[in-house]
Amino acid sequence: MKAIVEVQNLYKSFYGALALNGMNFTINEGEIRCLIGENGCGKSTLIKVISGFHSFDSGELIINNKRYEKITTAEAIAEGIQVIYQDFSLFPNMTIAENIMMYSTVAERKIHVDWNDIKASAKKILDQVGFEIDPNLYVAGLSVAQKQMVAICRAIVQKAKLLIMDEPTTALTTKEVQRLFEIVRRLKDSGVSVLFVSHKLDEVSQICDSYTIMRNGRRVFQSDVGDAKITNEEIVYYMTGKRYSNSKFTYVPKNDIPAMKVNGLCYKKAFRDIQFTLRKGEVLGITGLLGCGRSELAKALFGLITPTKGSIEISGKNVGIFRNVEEAIRYKIAYVPEDRLTEGLHLDQSIADNIIARIIRDYTNKAGIVNVKRLKKKQYESMNLMEVTGMIPGNPANSLSGGNQQKIVLMKWLASEPNILILNCPTVGVDVGAKSDIHNIIKDLAIEKGIGVIVVSNDNYELMQTCNRVLVMKEGCVVEELFIKDQTLDEFEMMTERAES
Amino acid sequence: MKKTAVRSFDPDVAKMLAITIVIFVIMVVLNGNFAKSSNLTSMCYQLPELGLYSLAMMMVMLTGGIDLSVVSIGNLSAILAAKIMKYATTNGFSGIKLFCFVILGIIVALCVGCFFGAINGLVVSKIKIVPMLATMATSEIIEGISIILTQGHSVNGAPEQFTRYGATTLAAIPYSMWILILVIMFTAFLLHRTRFGFEAKMVGSNPKASHFTGMNTSQVYTKAYLYSGVVSSICGIMILMRTNAAKADYAVTYVMQAILCAVLGATNPNGGHAKVTCMVLALLSLQFLSSGFNMMHLSSYFKEFTWGLLLIAVLALNFLTDYIRQKKGQHKAVQTTGSAAS
Repeated sequence: MKAIVEVQNLYKSFYGALALNGMNFTINEGEIRCLIGENGCGKSTLIKVISGFHSFDSGELIINNKRYEKITTAEAIAEGIQVIYQDFSLFPNMTIAENIMMYSTVAERKIHVDWNDIKASAKKILDQVGFEIDPNLYVAGLSVAQKQMVAICRAIVQKAKLLIMDEPTTALTTKEVQRLFEIVRRLKDSGVSVLFVSHKLDEVSQICDSYTIMRNGRRVFQSDVGDAKITNEEIVYYMTGKRYSNSKFTYVPKNDIPAMKVNGLCYKKAFRDIQFTLRKGEVLGITGLLGCGRSELAKALFGLITPTKGSIEISGKNVGIFRNVEEAIRYKIAYVPEDRLTEGLHLDQSIADNIIARIIRDYTNKAGIVNVKRLKKKQYESMNLMEVTGMIPGNPANSLSGGNQQKIVLMKWLASEPNILILNCPTVGVDVGAKSDIHNIIKDLAIEKGIGVIVVSNDNYELMQTCNRVLVMKEGCVVEELFIKDQTLDEFEMMTERAES
Repeated sequence: MKKTAVRSFDPDVAKMLAITIVIFVIMVVLNGNFAKSSNLTSMCYQLPELGLYSLAMMMVMLTGGIDLSVVSIGNLSAILAAKIMKYATTNGFSGIKLFCFVILGIIVALCVGCFFGAINGLVVSKIKIVPMLATMATSEIIEGISIILTQGHSVNGAPEQFTRYGATTLAAIPYSMWILILVIMFTAFLLHRTRFGFEAKMVGSNPKASHFTGMNTSQVYTKAYLYSGVVSSICGIMILMRTNAAKADYAVTYVMQAILCAVLGATNPNGGHAKVTCMVLALLSLQFLSSGFNMMHLSSYFKEFTWGLLLIAVLALNFLTDYIRQKKGQHKAVQTTGSAAS
């Protein structure tokens, strides 16, 4: 079998941090290989080195039997290497045909643009891929899956021999994922190799012929076409270097006043008549399909949106509804938002500053002057609450990987010693190891500190792992209350699906 | 783990310090008289005006905004103060009565800064108009008011008991310089020791995340513009003290120069980052350049030219040091892996 890309003993560092630490990697012709690894393990760096976006420090890069000391993006494209990044890099203000044909038209250096030819060629490619759509539509109006198809078509037009897809299934529905897989298989049959970068293990095992698993900038496992498939547990072990026990959360009921009681909460069309009780030391899950109102409910419980009707009781005291975040904070509620990049963190500020962002108000006197000494002490304590690898407090928050960033968000809120913790999709885009860490932290908080925790999520595994009770929402109402005992994941999935339909 | 965020010497400050020293040395080499006390004192008279406006600009830029109305607020403050003081002198007041009028003038001037600063802040935070447009509009309005009040003429006639402080020194340092030093110290305190300073930085860096953390973002914006307005007013009063004249269009070029000085002093125009020390050093280097070229009898337009050049040079240097830092890190990383492997 002929190797398209071969990488040997590759090193690459950024500001002294090693991203690739002697990486070895091969991909052969007509192979679907999966590149797996936790966030920050060097997957993206490897892709960027191969595609000529980053230079490398030392090592060997062999593409189509040609050794490269340095490779530019233009050379990589000429060698048939195409990368489809998560954002697809399309031009929303142009049509599908224009997007597909643009690069090749530019590469041909023609002065005259033949629009009929562009449309005809684009149509041909669309047919070849089996994607039925009018090529004259604007890209801005397409769904994520359709945009991805356009990006794939564009890569094929540029005579791709190796198609690298970075987390291609993240924003797709199950059906769309299956369509993508069909197309990927068809590409393979036509002789194109596909490098599939993902950390969704179920999907990976469906589509891939072979695996490469990375950890800390190094290859820790490689299988070839025809080798026996390895189990998900093994993949997780190779990725993280640890074995995780999946212990479920057990709630010991106490005869306490409930931490939070919600009475008939309504908000416009998003949700209505929400009624539930959250006890101290309990982890309550809220789930439902996208648009069922779960996210809005979480926001309303934190004062980010003001409910139109209803009331909230905190520790047995009726507090009405929250009109702003400050009111919610006064009742010691903490909220970990859905999108940590825009809502949860100040990415360009230091980790240390991010951690005190919430509590600085508690260490300020009436004149607005901060008690620096006490604040620093608290900051230090909060930082040692959990283990974050590679954390330098003075570095900006964006120096950390996704999972570790999420831990910083948690630290920020835990520093305020909350009584109620609301987490909105806490592990989206977080890798396996950090995910397990975060789940353990949630469970510990409930058990040891008696915090009432609400986990809003559509990740059934996550709900099974962390919650003792799950509310299923549909069209703005709670339609089912499930108790987690010893169901299997499949049983639980069936239960939620039945409630949702 | 090391104790929280041990501060090593800030690379931005180090860079700006080096640049300032280099410029100073070059100027001393070019002009023998540059380091003489007479020149240093004269620089101390010129420096505070741009210094105060730059501080005002810096604070607003920290929150991710910009304030184009600093100079017009300063001028209107000066005009009102001058009118009140002129009333006292033309009526021949003296002693305690004159003193009261001078104080009244200063208070009215500061109120102007407060008022228009608050207006800027509210327009930006509540009506959510882009800061550049909002402050450009208020700037025009304020300048219009100034012209109507003065018919375009300059207002003079402030009492000598007041303007005297514009031309004299305390402990060999001009009073206006003392004012600048006090405002610098106050600003540094504000940034490092108060909740407002911290929140201004965080809001400038990511307003949405700040809101999600429970910060009152519109209050932070309003306070920043309020600070800017008041500091501009102080600058207006100081200008009146030094020149005994207040004019609707005095030194309008200071707006751009203040932006230049702030950016040169490591203020991030996108918000979230500002350093008082850096800005003070930037201010000094700009002053050294203009005084130095002035002493060589070069045209004053040459000053603008070199300032622009300095800004580009510093930005290029930032790029270069970043590049070198990356390269250096690379070697270190390779070495450490080598030793780890062996």
